[in-house]
Amino acid sequence: MHYMLIFTEPQEQFAERNDPEKGPAYWGAWGAYIAALNGAGIVISGNGLEEPHTGTTLRIRDGKRIIHDGPFPDSKEQLGGYFIIDVPDLDAALEWAARSPSASYGSTEIRPVLPPPPAL
Amino acid sequence: METTARAIAERVARTSYGRLVAYLSSRSRDIAGAEDALADAFRAALETWPDRGVPANPEAWLLTAARRTLGHARRHEKVRAEAEPALTLLGEEMDGLAHPVPDRRLNLLFVCAHPAIDPDIRTPLMLQSVLGMEAATIAAAFLAPPGAMAQRLVRAKAKIRAAFIPFEMPEADDLAERVDAVLVAIYAAYGAGWEDVLGGDAKRKGLAEEALFLGRMAVDLLPQNPEARGLLALMLHCEARKRARRSANGSFVPLAEQDTALWSVPMIAEAEAHMLTAARAAQLGRFQLEAAIQSVHAQRLRTGRTEWRALMLFYDLLAAGTPAAGILVSRAAAHGEAVSPQDGLQQLDLLDADAMRTYQPYWAARAHLLARAGKASEARAAYRTAIGLAEDEAIRSFLRRKQELIRAD
Repeated sequence: MHYMLIFTEPQEQFAERNDPEKGPAYWGAWGAYIAALNGAGIVISGNGLEEPHTGTTLRIRDGKRIIHDGPFPDSKEQLGGYFIIDVPDLDAALEWAARSPSASYGSTEIRPVLPPPPAL
Repeated sequence: METTARAIAERVARTSYGRLVAYLSSRSRDIAGAEDALADAFRAALETWPDRGVPANPEAWLLTAARRTLGHARRHEKVRAEAEPALTLLGEEMDGLAHPVPDRRLNLLFVCAHPAIDPDIRTPLMLQSVLGMEAATIAAAFLAPPGAMAQRLVRAKAKIRAAFIPFEMPEADDLAERVDAVLVAIYAAYGAGWEDVLGGDAKRKGLAEEALFLGRMAVDLLPQNPEARGLLALMLHCEARKRARRSANGSFVPLAEQDTALWSVPMIAEAEAHMLTAARAAQLGRFQLEAAIQSVHAQRLRTGRTEWRALMLFYDLLAAGTPAAGILVSRAAAHGEAVSPQDGLQQLDLLDADAMRTYQPYWAARAHLLARAGKASEARAAYRTAIGLAEDEAIRSFLRRKQELIRAD
């Protein structure tokens, strides 16, 4: 069963990434977590994402492209990264979500990956 | 006699239905599919068994009926495609084994009360999947629009299936917490948050029988768990006083004024027996404490008096572990009786004023204690608030009578 672990982080934590004092702790925590995920042999794929302000959002309305600078929606917590893991069931996925650093200061959502549609 | 036969037939039908839904869904994780496959057969059982008698092997009967319906009904094309393999497999297994299907109802209860399922929908989910209750009946009991309830049930079952919520038994270190979630959901079906000592509005869901059925089932499935027995004892104690709760003309009778001759002695005895068994495990928990409180009240049957000091002690213990609003208010009321009205009022003053502003039992307790403390005008005002917040007309008129008694002083 494939689940996407979706890590959302508040701005404070995004700021820690480039903070000379807090950066090592931030990256240390994520590095250890990702190493544990890889060590368990359950990772299908995954990535960290650049900070939200580097995002660009595009919508097409009435045939016109509306582009805006920044993420959608502009909320307190933003997507910081994701992993797709292969574990037996939701309880196992919850275990891995609980270990993610963002669960303690932001949030981690667990979403089942949609299985491919049955062949017609 | 006829009602007894009907009740037995219905109980067997519900038990067998629950076992089959649990077994099928534990294989497919598809609760809705299992329910759909068995719905017509279950309905037929409820119609025919009371008159013609319960078949020797109720599960085999349901299964045969379900397979026959699937064979006939082309309109159920989707149901058929999803349920037929499971039903066929199950039928083959049962033909070979000729004994009841493995009981997976506990697994199903754990799925319904899984932490990933919204607590508000856990009880309805259990009532539907384990007892075969219709969504409309559940909606009526929970004062919800039927369409919305049906939709929430569908959504919850879809999530169980899509998110792969496991039907395996929880890990040992999670077990106590997971059992607690199951018991809390069963208790929510019973719907009496506290005993009506002072005219607090208890939001009864009118599902007492179903809750007792689930409570007995939890004891059967978890015979070593003292809290399951505590919950059953608690519900039995409350249920034993059902007839005494309203007078002949339907008006509300608070616990302290109930005629103990109307209490059910067999139910009280059954409750006490479960508490005794539970106590042997020496693991006191929330439900055992609540049962102990009801047991103290039940002792009035023999002694003619209420041991408020014992109640106060149990409420102190209960509130330390479960500081829910209803428990904290009842605890203050027990202090008011055991020590002094002033002490009870002091305990009430410690509660979160904002949270209590619209909490009816708080105002009923406060009014009672103020009246006993001789603070007439404050008591009248508190009664007014309690009456204004009450949802039950019988409670309202009871509180109005209490309020008028102050005026007469």
